[in-house]
Amino acid sequence: MSANSVALAYLAAAVLFIFALKGLSSPVSARRGNMFGMIGMAIAVLTTLTVTHNWLYIVLAIAAGGAVGAVVARRIQMTAMPELVAAMHSLVGLAAVLIAMAAFNNPVAYGIALAGEALHSSNRIELFIGTFVGAITFTGSIIAFGKLSGKLGSKPLRFKGQHWFNLLLGVAMIAFGIAFFMTPAWTPFLIMTAIAMLLGILLIMPIGGADMPVVVSMLNSYSGWAAAGIGFTLNNNMLIIAGSLVGSSGAILSYIMGRAMNRSFFNVILGGFGGEALAASDDGGVQKTYRSGSADDAAFLMGNADSVIIVPGYGLAVARAQHAINEMSKVLTEKGVKVRYAIHPVAGRMPGHMNVLLAEAEVPYEQVVEMDEINNEFADTDVVLVIGANDVVNPAAKNDKASPIYGMPILDVYKARTVLVVKRSMATGYAGLDNDLFYMDKTMMVFGDAKKVVEDVIKSLS
Amino acid sequence: MTGVVDPFVLNLTVFVLAIVIGYHVVWNVTPALHTPLMAVTNAISGIIIVGAMLAAGPEQLDLGTVIGLVAVALAAVNVFGGFLVTQRMLSMFKKKGK
Repeated sequence: MSANSVALAYLAAAVLFIFALKGLSSPVSARRGNMFGMIGMAIAVLTTLTVTHNWLYIVLAIAAGGAVGAVVARRIQMTAMPELVAAMHSLVGLAAVLIAMAAFNNPVAYGIALAGEALHSSNRIELFIGTFVGAITFTGSIIAFGKLSGKLGSKPLRFKGQHWFNLLLGVAMIAFGIAFFMTPAWTPFLIMTAIAMLLGILLIMPIGGADMPVVVSMLNSYSGWAAAGIGFTLNNNMLIIAGSLVGSSGAILSYIMGRAMNRSFFNVILGGFGGEALAASDDGGVQKTYRSGSADDAAFLMGNADSVIIVPGYGLAVARAQHAINEMSKVLTEKGVKVRYAIHPVAGRMPGHMNVLLAEAEVPYEQVVEMDEINNEFADTDVVLVIGANDVVNPAAKNDKASPIYGMPILDVYKARTVLVVKRSMATGYAGLDNDLFYMDKTMMVFGDAKKVVEDVIKSLS
Repeated sequence: MTGVVDPFVLNLTVFVLAIVIGYHVVWNVTPALHTPLMAVTNAISGIIIVGAMLAAGPEQLDLGTVIGLVAVALAAVNVFGGFLVTQRMLSMFKKKGK
């Protein structure tokens, strides 16, 4: 194929990718959107195949990687999506580094150097940027994967002078980048890549488990920029467009997650909570009283209500209670109770995670409502069932200026007529804060395992 | 104004426009589908497979082409894994009474 036909085919693929993202504006159009994405990718790959040699090897490599991807996609548990996504980011990062190495090894083949000459100077800068973004994405995502899958422990790891050390590494990396720009040779290239990989590790190690939704979104963004960076190096618009789409998507998700957790981007990067337990508004040891009840009491209250809003947190998924909660809502709906679910943006371990977990349990998506849409309705709701959630319903975020979560958007559960909280004990949530909601007069605590409690409620209802 | 526009400037034009499009399209994605969004962007960032294929493409097999082939396999994991897991997730989002 001529260079022009290739470029036009890439244009078609790029447009299809945009439609793939656009489809996600509603669950109805999303599946068709995904199909557009696949067609776009097929066009891009087949087009590229017409301009490469070694196509047998290439097809074999695609088949090998594709088989692994297909098996993983089929087997992965929905609770493990954050790990999978992190692992995939690392692959993009590593691929970017490898491509940069190959391009540097034989720049003439890419038209970024004349035969017998060194790499063009402008391409050196692009190669440097593509490589270090790729390298940071690679190792950073491996650490994120380790933390999310529990292989590394989610505790933040910090040492004294860490920020200065990172800064020093950053400066050293740029220095070797400049050295590479002056004389394009393997030594500065490899040292710079190694420093970038080390930086990726050191940047993610100090971040605690609670901040992982932001980190995963951020690495999502980096993986896109890495692809775009390689696109600049190879003067390939396909990579630039697709990479930028992914890069901006990840950036927006990081912003949304950061806002939902009351954390700025820099706040997360520089390490904040997740480690130190903050006791901002301590009441000086005054014993606060709370009311507790049984699953039967909860069933009675919900069964006689006109409307119930369920607030699920990740604790629900940990207890594997999603299916049970769907059964319970069905029973309640049959009794004429209006049941809905209220989702806080950080209810799961990655953006939108709770929605997927509920969808997997066959909860109809019309019943699942986002925070901004449902917050006005708590005041008119008879019963709210909080299950496996804590910080995201803590009224301290609204009325206690001394609280570390002050300003964080919360679900206004405290406005409802009656609040039921299913919890194992009175222990604090991620942020290590006490929750005034639990001590309100209208709140009833139901202690126990989420799944067991919900099953008991179902028994009692029927 | 004379002369040819540098490829870098053309690349930058495409880059900036793609970011603007990405920004607008992604803000329209419903929060309920943010996890599938991440999965599908994983697949789309697998577009780096194009770069990997070009790296594996020169007729003469050498270190660079072998590295390229490894990158092709890695990116293929993303392409297939990303699209298929997205499809699997999206098929779970059902309306009432199904």
